[in-house]
Amino acid sequence: MSPEKMVRMANQIATFFKTQPGQDAAEKVASHLRDFWEPRMRAQLKTYVEEGGAGLDDAVIGAARQL
Amino acid sequence: MKDFIIPWDDRDMGTPAKEGAPVTLSIDGFEVTVPEGTSVMRAAAEAGIQVPKLCATDSVEAFGSCRLCVVEIEGRRGTPASCTTPVAEGMVVHTQSSKVRKIRKGVMELYISDHPLDCLTCAANGDCELQDMAGAVGLRDVRYTAPGNAGLANHFEARNTSGEANAQWMPKDESNPYFTYDPSKCIVCSRCVRACEEVQGTFALTIAGRGFDSRVSAGGAADDFLSSDCVSCGACVQACPTATLQEKSVIEMGTPDRSVVTTCAYCGVGCSFKAEIQGDQLVRMVPYKHGKANRGHSCVKGRFAYGYATHRDRILHPMIRDSIDEPWREVSWDEALSFAAARMRGLQEKYGKKSIGVITSSRCTNEETFLVQKLTRAVFGNNNTDTCARVCHSPTGYGLGQTFGTSAGTQDFDSVEHTDVVIVIGANPTDGHPVFASRLKKRLRQGAKLIVIDPRRIDLVKSAHIEAAHHLPLRPGTNVAVVTALAHTIVTEKLYDEAYIRERCDWDEFQDYAEFVSDARHSPEATEMLTGVPADELRAAARLFATGGNGAIYYGLGVTEHSQGSTTVMGIANLAMLTGNVGRKGVGVNPLRGQNNVQGSCDMGSFPHELPGYRHVKLPEVRKIFEEAWGVEIDPEPGLRIPNMLDAAVDGTFKGLYCQGEDILQSDPDTKHVAAGLAAMECVIVHDLFLNETANYAHVFLPGSTFLEKDGTFTNAERRINRVREVMKPMNGYADWEVTQMLANAMGAGWNYTHPSQIMAEIAETTPSFAGVSYEALEEKGSIQWPCNEAHPDGTPLMHVDGFVRGKGRFIVTEYVATDEKTGPRFPLLLTTGRILSQYNVGAQTRRTENVVWHDQDILEIHAHDAENRGVKDGDWIRLASRSGETTLRAHITDRVSPGVVYTTFHHPDTQANVVTTDYSDWATNCPEYKVTAVQVSPSNGPTDWQEDYAAQAEKARRILPAAE
Ligand code: SF4
Ligand code: SF4
Ligand code: SF4
Ligand code: FES
Repeated sequence: MSPEKMVRMANQIATFFKTQPGQDAAEKVASHLRDFWEPRMRAQLKTYVEEGGAGLDDAVIGAARQL
Repeated sequence: MKDFIIPWDDRDMGTPAKEGAPVTLSIDGFEVTVPEGTSVMRAAAEAGIQVPKLCATDSVEAFGSCRLCVVEIEGRRGTPASCTTPVAEGMVVHTQSSKVRKIRKGVMELYISDHPLDCLTCAANGDCELQDMAGAVGLRDVRYTAPGNAGLANHFEARNTSGEANAQWMPKDESNPYFTYDPSKCIVCSRCVRACEEVQGTFALTIAGRGFDSRVSAGGAADDFLSSDCVSCGACVQACPTATLQEKSVIEMGTPDRSVVTTCAYCGVGCSFKAEIQGDQLVRMVPYKHGKANRGHSCVKGRFAYGYATHRDRILHPMIRDSIDEPWREVSWDEALSFAAARMRGLQEKYGKKSIGVITSSRCTNEETFLVQKLTRAVFGNNNTDTCARVCHSPTGYGLGQTFGTSAGTQDFDSVEHTDVVIVIGANPTDGHPVFASRLKKRLRQGAKLIVIDPRRIDLVKSAHIEAAHHLPLRPGTNVAVVTALAHTIVTEKLYDEAYIRERCDWDEFQDYAEFVSDARHSPEATEMLTGVPADELRAAARLFATGGNGAIYYGLGVTEHSQGSTTVMGIANLAMLTGNVGRKGVGVNPLRGQNNVQGSCDMGSFPHELPGYRHVKLPEVRKIFEEAWGVEIDPEPGLRIPNMLDAAVDGTFKGLYCQGEDILQSDPDTKHVAAGLAAMECVIVHDLFLNETANYAHVFLPGSTFLEKDGTFTNAERRINRVREVMKPMNGYADWEVTQMLANAMGAGWNYTHPSQIMAEIAETTPSFAGVSYEALEEKGSIQWPCNEAHPDGTPLMHVDGFVRGKGRFIVTEYVATDEKTGPRFPLLLTTGRILSQYNVGAQTRRTENVVWHDQDILEIHAHDAENRGVKDGDWIRLASRSGETTLRAHITDRVSPGVVYTTFHHPDTQANVVTTDYSDWATNCPEYKVTAVQVSPSNGPTDWQEDYAAQAEKARRILPAAE
């Protein structure tokens, strides 16, 4: 998957969970990713975050650390 | 097991059933008890006594015009018509007496005097009520004859004996591809007119003229059936007692000799039909009266568009090729299956277990789908399974699952009969779900109110005898803002049902939600600029929905196919909970599913994260059930969804695909990306009826079977499991479940199912919501709505009756987030897509029937204002371009769409509307954003380079080498 597409998809998820009440957006994003993203996609995201995670929402970066 | 059944009691009871207090009367000495409001005719029929009749039939209200059904009632003067006389307590009726017999004979004599006597060569011979009644009343001679050579006093002779033309005679109207209208045989009983009004709700027919001049007329004076408003549902043909309105197939083939009850394989309404046959030749499809989804009605697709099943394009022999540049080679099943199995196993060895997967079909049966997902989980050893529902209703699964605890639609279709206010949002039922639309329109004519939320002025907004109370023509992509503004109005004006919310929902979450929606930025006034919906209209709609009685919401792909599809579904669930509209008749949240078995394919575990019955693969206790049943280990990680498979293919980690009954190249968005993904795979197995578009990139083609050729079940939008029954043997040799089994066994599975009922037994054993489902139970009950288990042995028509499945209903905050797909100077218009009545999805089936007379190409609808700015005239070729690609099609100028919005269908592969759609998708489910694409429209002279390249590639890819001798 192109990095742009992955960033967009991950950020879309973060955008939703950040609108929800509570402080645990990163956790919710992580659990959504665990439930719906195939391991290859999660691995790509983690690598991307390790390489700097340009363009990713904070909640996604927080989530990737929990994966 | 019986493979087919003779339909249960299928008599015409004369007038519709009623609901009411019991009334007891005596008919010919027999006591009979019927509900108040029942006609004497129907009461007699209940007692087994058939009163002769012509103008009455139980699909429409009685009219009382023929007077054949007269009876004598003690204590009443004269001879009342039994069809229009309601029963009364203690009534004593005599259906036979010399007096009524004489009247009936006289009536018949008059009818027959103006009817041709060519019964032996008539298409309705043996299936004509006029004939039957002449027999029943003992008509032996006809004393009236037309006066000699004066103006002919009949309607059936074209010329008199001197060769003068008969002004009363009219030629046959053969304009409709499926049925004819022969006015010379009409007895003007008006059953057709009433069927068109009451059953179909189209009002295409009228009785023109009076007395002897009365004629059935379709549309205006200059119209024929094809040019009139007629939508070819066939209700009138079914209602006609004579050969006046007659199926062309019956004219050609003669009357059928047996029938099999089965289920339509087109849309999610799931209409039941009697397939009427001679031997193994289908003569006609007649909607089945006891079908609980359709109650004896159907649309043009289910009734008439079955010709694809025997179309010469069908591929009947397996084919293989090493690479997609080569022509196909026809081979034996054995060779094709071992070729496919060796390639798939080889890919797994080379690229890993997870490098292959499947796509299940929402058109195939539950049993077939179950086997395909089992193939990937138990034989491939991964969870790479997805289905076309990904691209339509996956957000429903997520959204309703989060709020209510199950993705199930909450109602049955009968529920609409108890609805007072209906919201239709992002759906176009008259085209997409026609039989539901007819049932909805019937309720609207009885006074229920309608709110339409759709960018387009769909037919429901205003058509014969129907007008929406409110149409909110929102800008594509602003669903969440509109739904939240509705909730804002309901909450801030204190119109919500507090008692209901306190009892059934999580009150704390409601508090958060109420605070969120009450914010002024969600008010209709604040969002008007964004959504384009006038604030006062939106407020009025919200008030109507909250206060108008039973409120039901029906929605379709205009809700789900957005980047915020899942959020809108949650917003809809919020609205229903706010107003206390879940858990009884007449209310609820009703996703209108697209294909016949979208519901079923989701239920059967087609999604990569869920085992059958919507249970996440991460749950060890669920995996254990299947691990024990299948003797394998189940991967606890979610697999790839369709878009992810294509991405992984381009990345080189996904290499092989078994795709059953779905044409992803045509139906999925961003065609170029799909094509690139498919081209990157090393083994694509297409299992289908035709060489579809996806097959252009396939290495193995396994011929499929139609719904007429197999046993199984489909589950419709109401969760109703309906039987599909074999009408004829598979032309390709095997039902689809057998093909999947052969492929699995070629890969070493060792399955040995001999009938789909055994697959259903396995489903019932492993899936709690199906625990009580079996072919025996279906045979007995006709159909079953899941959940069906010990607690609900007869199934579950209404969900959440005593509380939500998840416990307390959850209100979820629904913040509007604009899609990234934005208009700008290069692409200033918003394209939205949909479908039309006569064609079905990618059109693979309907394009291979006479239905093309109604829609032979995709058309772009554009507002006059936008057309004028671009120098586009009605009927012009135009170029439609987005950042993904471009295509050409013809334009139609209309005010159905607002300025700034254009609309098209995606039924034809040469248009390839999906070249234009983008790869944006729903945040939660990756359901593609079909409904919003920024585009530009400009005049054009013909096909684009892409269209030409595509056509050339397709032609090359479809070559088939002659079979080796
Ligand atoms: S067309 Fe058939 S149903 Fe209609 S009025 Fe004539 S006989 Fe009756
Ligand atoms: S086919 Fe349907 S729409 Fe057409 S005239 Fe008959 S009842 Fe009306
Ligand atoms: S396409 Fe849908 S509405 Fe039409 S007959 Fe089939 S199931 Fe019924
Ligand atoms: S059937 Fe009763 S009047 Fe025609």
